[in-house]
Amino acid sequence: MITAFIQRAVMQGIPLLYGSTGEIITEKSGHLNLGIPGIMYVGGISGVIGAFAYENACTSAGHGMNGALAILIPFLSCLLGSLLMGLIYCFLTVTLRANQNVTGLALTTFGVGFGNFFGGSLIKLTGSELPSITLTKTSDFFRTSLPFAKNLGWFGQVFLSYGFLAYLAVAISIAAAIFLSRTRKGLHLRAVGENPATADAAGINVERYKYLSTCIGSMIAGLGGLYYVMDYANGIWSNDAFGDRGWLAIALVIFAVWKPGIAILGSFLFGGLYIVHNYIPNLDFSKQELFKMAPYLVTILVLVIISMRKKRENQPPQHLGLNYFREER
Amino acid sequence: MAANAAIELKNITKTFGHVCANHNVSLKVNRGEILSILGENGSGKTTLMNMIAGIYFPDSGSIFIDGKEVVIASPKDAFQYKIGMIHQHFKLVDVFTATENIVLGLEEKYDVKNASAKVKEISEKYGFEIDPDKKIYEMSVSEKQTVEIIKVLYRGADILILDEPTAVLTPQETQKLFAVLRRMRDDGKAIIIITHKLHEVLSLSDQVAVLRKGEYIGTVKTAETNETLLTEMMVGKKISLNITRDEPKHPEDRLVVEDITCMNRDGATILDHVSFTARSGEILGIAGIAGSGQRELLEAIAGLQHIDSGSILYHNPKTKQTDNLRDKTPLQIRALGVRLSFVPEDRLGMGLVGNMDIVDNMMLRSYRRGKTMFLQRKPPKDLAETIIRQLEVVTPSVSTPVRRLSGGNVQKVLVGREIAAVPTVLMAAYPVRGLDINSSYTIYNLLNEQKKNGVAVIFVGEDLDVLIELCDRIMVIGSGCVTGVVDGRTATKEEIGLLMTKSVHEDMEGGADHVKTGEKNA
Amino acid sequence: MSKPEKKMHEPLIHLVKRDAIPWYQAWAVRIIAVLAALIFSGIITIILTGLNPLEVYQKMFEGAFGTDRRIWNLFQNVAILLCISLAVTPAFKMRFWNIGAEGQVLIGGLASTACMILLGNKLSQPVLLLVIVVTSIAAGAVWALLPAIFKAYWNTNETLFTLMMNYIAIQLVSYFVFVWSVPKGSGKIGIINGDTQAGWLPVLGDQKYLLNILIVLVITIAMYVYLRFSKQGYEISVVGESENTARYIGINVKKVVIRTMLISGAICGLAGMLLVSGTDHSITRDTAGGRGFTAIMVSWLAKFNPLYMVLTAFLIVFLEKGASEISTAFRLNDSFSEIITGIIIFFIIGSEFFINYAIRFRKIRKGGKAQ
Repeated sequence: MITAFIQRAVMQGIPLLYGSTGEIITEKSGHLNLGIPGIMYVGGISGVIGAFAYENACTSAGHGMNGALAILIPFLSCLLGSLLMGLIYCFLTVTLRANQNVTGLALTTFGVGFGNFFGGSLIKLTGSELPSITLTKTSDFFRTSLPFAKNLGWFGQVFLSYGFLAYLAVAISIAAAIFLSRTRKGLHLRAVGENPATADAAGINVERYKYLSTCIGSMIAGLGGLYYVMDYANGIWSNDAFGDRGWLAIALVIFAVWKPGIAILGSFLFGGLYIVHNYIPNLDFSKQELFKMAPYLVTILVLVIISMRKKRENQPPQHLGLNYFREER
Repeated sequence: MAANAAIELKNITKTFGHVCANHNVSLKVNRGEILSILGENGSGKTTLMNMIAGIYFPDSGSIFIDGKEVVIASPKDAFQYKIGMIHQHFKLVDVFTATENIVLGLEEKYDVKNASAKVKEISEKYGFEIDPDKKIYEMSVSEKQTVEIIKVLYRGADILILDEPTAVLTPQETQKLFAVLRRMRDDGKAIIIITHKLHEVLSLSDQVAVLRKGEYIGTVKTAETNETLLTEMMVGKKISLNITRDEPKHPEDRLVVEDITCMNRDGATILDHVSFTARSGEILGIAGIAGSGQRELLEAIAGLQHIDSGSILYHNPKTKQTDNLRDKTPLQIRALGVRLSFVPEDRLGMGLVGNMDIVDNMMLRSYRRGKTMFLQRKPPKDLAETIIRQLEVVTPSVSTPVRRLSGGNVQKVLVGREIAAVPTVLMAAYPVRGLDINSSYTIYNLLNEQKKNGVAVIFVGEDLDVLIELCDRIMVIGSGCVTGVVDGRTATKEEIGLLMTKSVHEDMEGGADHVKTGEKNA
Repeated sequence: MSKPEKKMHEPLIHLVKRDAIPWYQAWAVRIIAVLAALIFSGIITIILTGLNPLEVYQKMFEGAFGTDRRIWNLFQNVAILLCISLAVTPAFKMRFWNIGAEGQVLIGGLASTACMILLGNKLSQPVLLLVIVVTSIAAGAVWALLPAIFKAYWNTNETLFTLMMNYIAIQLVSYFVFVWSVPKGSGKIGIINGDTQAGWLPVLGDQKYLLNILIVLVITIAMYVYLRFSKQGYEISVVGESENTARYIGINVKKVVIRTMLISGAICGLAGMLLVSGTDHSITRDTAGGRGFTAIMVSWLAKFNPLYMVLTAFLIVFLEKGASEISTAFRLNDSFSEIITGIIIFFIIGSEFFINYAIRFRKIRKGGKAQ
């Protein structure tokens, strides 16, 4: 049962990991993107649209689905959808210097609306009885895991049983961690979020870094939505099923004190906390809800502790939430 | 011209609006030479250097590097010509290490180890003491400055400009810095250092260029000059301003500051055993280089600055009681019946709220009046109208945000409000900074009027001519210490200038020739 | 003397922060933004649905004002959204980003629910109502107090703190919905005290929502007066504008932060009460329905002015109701309204830029002076 729990915890954690890695990269540039829940949602529905189009095209043409295309089309449409969302946010907050909180919240409203609109429309198109779209075929491609994983007992189940997007999430987080701590561009990005005036004086193109980090961050977060439908939910999209995972991803950013490496473990922990109630015997429904509170409580605790300890390395980027205008200084 | 100068400026002029910051300035520095640029606050030193560093662009004039005329239109251009400037305000990212800050913005391959090694190499060559892996927020001011200097050297600069590098350093740190600078000079670098401390000029530089109010006065060889000559060049001849000054009437001690010491957040001492007395019916001037502790002194009195030791005694003329204001909040001070008015240096950031209109700004002091929970807008509105009328404030209406008024009018609103509180002590920090002549005289008259009413006026100023004509006594502070108190009627600019550029520490080390000025304290 | 060609590195477009522009110009910019947004969403509508946008807008209007019931419904929704917007406003004026209204509303609603369920048949109606009002206000205030204290004393990031508090409130509500569910284990509370109507806000005249609307109307005026004419409101403005000035005139910044957040949370709690006791007579985890977030936009769009807020709240609710009517009328789905709302808000947010900044194009410089 433990192995099953770990496996489910990881699968719960992966969307959060995508979301928080994307948000960490964004926040490192000094932009608090509260649109992440919307972006993840759009990432999911964009993937669904792509998959839906391809599945239908194949069905109507009467031939089987090409594995590579079945993955690539949803993948790219997910990236495109979340990139567009990121661009809206950037344009408003970086170029037009709009309030980040308001823009982010509006983006989430918009993103969820966008997702539900297209989700609803697709459901109507399929004429299905249930309020959901089922893309099992595409999902099967996404969920393909190593064939020999089953033969490796608990080891296979805990480490090798996931679809490729799960490994990609971990890989991206590790890459992000290395990028932020070991590369020149990462250094520059951190400088932009900490002290844009200094970065500007050092000849760093502040706006470019803000745009790139927000857009790339959005695309990464969008993949979280894609993983959720295609892998976790077995290719079944129903409106609002994504729940509060987007906000949980933002909580994870704080929990991980803005470090993608910690976010990997944190995401599994959060994933575990999210489902742990299913594994505690004789727990009634009401207590389950209390357990779901745990990730948020833990996050507040972390937030309070880091602000009380005032350890500089663990603080949010100094310029988080503030827009930069060179001539203001 | 034998060997070409490393950098030469010819007839540089730069104006901001109507203000001429630099007028026809020419100077040059050779390699292996240190040039000091000497001048009072606002004499245009920093503006001039910013033009070399590519931050400003001159209106006219030309810049030559190694005899070739160049155009420096951006910091990048300056960097190409191997010019590096160390600003007064450090541009560092706090959570980064020294090395990370040093390589920030460079395009070379990112290799912290390599970079750290190179930093170490530079440090050893010139005698810096720095840990490349230490975070900036853990560093002292002098370490931060070292990082800034290495940053410039790392980029291969061989013309270095340092903007008042010693303003933030202790004497020991200053000596270390000078040792490093001499080593760099011997290494063939051209160094320009902005300062207004004469003894530093004399001990460090090969040549001195003097600016006064944007004008270029001249360059002299350090070996051929002395403190008195330089002071004369710096402060110029006395200009008569014809500010009225009445004899104080029945002065009595109002505010007695005894031996106060304050530290800033970094633990550096900003006020060092300061003692003085402000008397009623008298204007006490405070002179000093900017940042010598004037701001902190006034804020300490106003209850805005934590005081580590000493006391601030207020003799209440009504109750004849004496209260200690130390560590009291502004509200507690007022509750004691102390009528203290304060015109802070930062007018729109502290004294007024830029986005509020004149009426609402009038209320800042008085909004608590009245027993109800509601504001009374009538009295402040009347006050606003009175001030606008009496002080001739130019404004479209009382409901114009003060941010949109001109500097002089902003100041009239602020001073007017502070005076309307009928103070017994009035503190004003740089009240005429940035004001035109007419507005300045309005302010002088207001201060004089307060003096006549028996108010103890404390006036922090930067223009020595004004201080000498307006104030009854002038206290001079340098690096947080009182370096002397002189009589405004007899003091000379040179005398004050010399006091400004000294610190008490030097007096202790420096020996006999400064003791005379110290005596006037007593 | 030949001068070298001066290279200009100045970019072609140059931004400058501008002085306040007259209010009518500012509002002109905003109105243009709304119109542009309507045109843009019209185009989107055509692309997505192939419908005639004018027809769509007409339907929107019908959706909002078509029948008496709709009008009352619209006003009820405006009232609740307005109430929450008013609640977050003092905090925002102080530059305290309270994005925890959602949670504060829910917890207020939860307190009402608790009173209705636990005390419903123990107290007389007036006493019960009083208890409900007091506890829900207190609950909302406590929910806001926590982040405020940490902000005031340890400078804990309030945006993130209040955000997290929302989800704790949501889970708490979920928990109690299970605990109190009727029938047991159904996961739904259903209408509380449907027979006795204990703890229901009284119906004025024969309009179910009239009392809600009146209460919010009173709060609107009170908030306007509080912010504009009270000493505390003045302190809020000063702290928001410049903490330095606040210190200079002896305002205790910590006290103001905590007091203001208490007020903010208290009104949110009251809004929760209006939702549970005055409207739904039940609670679910979606009772606040995202209004806590929408309210932030409403307040911000109104420039934190309670009177303008009536308009912006109205605009947002109108869009929602109208757009949901389109969905039914043209067989689209409900979420179309959120897309339209999002687009319009994006336009208005973007338009603020043109109010605060001026764009200067670089002047084309004439060549060298000596030719």
